Amino acid sequence: MAVNRRRFFQLTGATALGVASSQVLPAASEERSPGPARPADKPLVGQRWAMAIDVGKCREEEDCRDCIAACDKAHNVPHFDNKKDEVKWIWKEPFEEALQNQSSQFQAERLRHAHVLVFCNHCDNPPCTKVCPTQATWKRDDGVVMMDWHRCIGCRYCVAGCPYGSRSFNWRDPRPHIDELNPEFPTRTRGVVEKCNFCEERLARGEQPACVVACKEKALIFGDLEDPESEIRKVLRERPSVRRKVALGTQPQIFYLL
Amino acid sequence: MIERALTGDRRYWGWIAALLGVITVGSLFYLRQLTVGLTITGLSRDVTWGFYIAQFTFMVGVAASAVMVVLPYYLHDFKAFGRIAILGEFLAIGSAAVCGLFILVDLGQPARVFNMFLHPSPRSILFWDSVVLTGYLLLNAVIAHQTLKAEDQGTAVPAWVKPVIYLSIPWAISIHTVTAFIYQGLAARPYWMTAILAPRFLASAFASGPALLILICLLLRRTTRFDPGEKAVQKLATIVTYAMLVNLFFVLMEVFTAVYSGIPEHMAHFQYLFLGLGGHAELVPWMWAGLVLAVVALAILLRPSVRSQARWLAVACGAVVVSVWIEKGLGMVVAGFNPSPLGHVTRYWPTAPEVLIGLGVYGIGALVVTILYKTALSVRGEVA
Repeated sequence: MAVNRRRFFQLTGATALGVASSQVLPAASEERSPGPARPADKPLVGQRWAMAIDVGKCREEEDCRDCIAACDKAHNVPHFDNKKDEVKWIWKEPFEEALQNQSSQFQAERLRHAHVLVFCNHCDNPPCTKVCPTQATWKRDDGVVMMDWHRCIGCRYCVAGCPYGSRSFNWRDPRPHIDELNPEFPTRTRGVVEKCNFCEERLARGEQPACVVACKEKALIFGDLEDPESEIRKVLRERPSVRRKVALGTQPQIFYLL
Repeated sequence: MIERALTGDRRYWGWIAALLGVITVGSLFYLRQLTVGLTITGLSRDVTWGFYIAQFTFMVGVAASAVMVVLPYYLHDFKAFGRIAILGEFLAIGSAAVCGLFILVDLGQPARVFNMFLHPSPRSILFWDSVVLTGYLLLNAVIAHQTLKAEDQGTAVPAWVKPVIYLSIPWAISIHTVTAFIYQGLAARPYWMTAILAPRFLASAFASGPALLILICLLLRRTTRFDPGEKAVQKLATIVTYAMLVNLFFVLMEVFTAVYSGIPEHMAHFQYLFLGLGGHAELVPWMWAGLVLAVVALAILLRPSVRSQARWLAVACGAVVVSVWIEKGLGMVVAGFNPSPLGHVTRYWPTAPEVLIGLGVYGIGALVVTILYKTALSVRGEVA
């Protein structure tokens, strides 16, 4: 694995920041996070973030919505009474809709009747970033597909361009419809597009995505595909997996373990 | 020259007042959309584009169709179009303005629209569409202004205008091609992702635009001393006939490919439009009406003895405009979103505020065209 100049600075910069913050600002960081769980402020650094979802494990807890609730809470995702204004980052869809070309009526019950999690695929070749007329959405070097809610003009071309239906538009002011405000994450304004951000704010703090942490069944595995020793690489080596609409060439980075 | 639009009879001012009324109503509802958000439209998470973007698409076609007058007149020296060339160019200016406004009213954050130029994104077709549309508006403004000024002062059109006119011909083709590219480059939407979309857009534009121009000519002939000339009107009618035939042919190509290949995600959109899908059939009667109108229009247009009668020609042209409007201004955009990438069908129907905002935009376009036409006819001494 080649370490280029940019990557070198990323690594050394991150380490230096981690050291600096733990040495120079011990009081401040202690005040902010009294709990022992937070592994300093050292960010998680990866070259190609991806996620694997164990469809079977997820299916066993059909009514479980822990990951969805955790995500909505972490990101101030609003809840509306009507479907028309709906905003969602992660949700469940019937297996045959989410993984159309992989389903057959003779499949095992556990798959055929499963509801699988869907969210932004953080494609390696994202069709949504290409169409954006203002570069308000783009792919980061580590693969996270980002959104700038301050630059987005709300044309919704990215929504039309996403083959997975992963993007939502704020048809009205979302703020009055947030169940419990999380002051650590920005709320959005009406008229902009939003979607799953792979918890880039948590990665920067050295934490795994909220949905992964929230899952009691450990059905979600998050990791770096460029690291051959990572858990996600291990599980993808050992078990058959599928992705959504691979024929389109978008290279989705969410893997469904069958 | 433009000051001549400030004088007119009661009928003229009545028309202006009516347009201002429509624009005011539209503006008030737009203010509401600005404060509450696009939730006042019929749009939803799964159907994110609708009436506004569809009108934009339809009107790009009308704007581009000016080339059907400009090309024969300037390139082939078809003299009969001499009197209507400027009407085509002015219609293009009004239409291009309407297109820009429909994009603007569709934006969630219109105050940030200049981000498109602050952060230009050559990979986005929307960026290129705004470039070609703005360019097209400017080209037509320059051409129409120069030719009318020359006519007013009794001088020759400056020599440098000629290359600008020639440039405007491929430019007209480009605006509708690039508009089609907005749709047909999306792997996410099988209904739009077809190589024939741009040719189809052009065919339907070259039918509906000249049909609209014929209707305007017939109206002006009745209400003013302007006479487009029978030869010009009949030549336009021939253009409408061929373009409408080609348009219908292209539509049948699409239907055959989707239905015979039997690929579900290609067929589903046609099912939604013409048969209804997932319990949603709102567009079905409209789509069939559009098809019937196309056939009726062709039945009239294909017989020269019938289409040479002004009344029948008006019926045929009205049928063409409505038929193409249903297909492009109503069905085309929504069908791309239904069914969604996850197979859901969501009801979409424009709300009253949405339609009134749209009418306001059309009102602005009509006002622009009225002022420009009034100026042109006054210069020629052909007002009532």
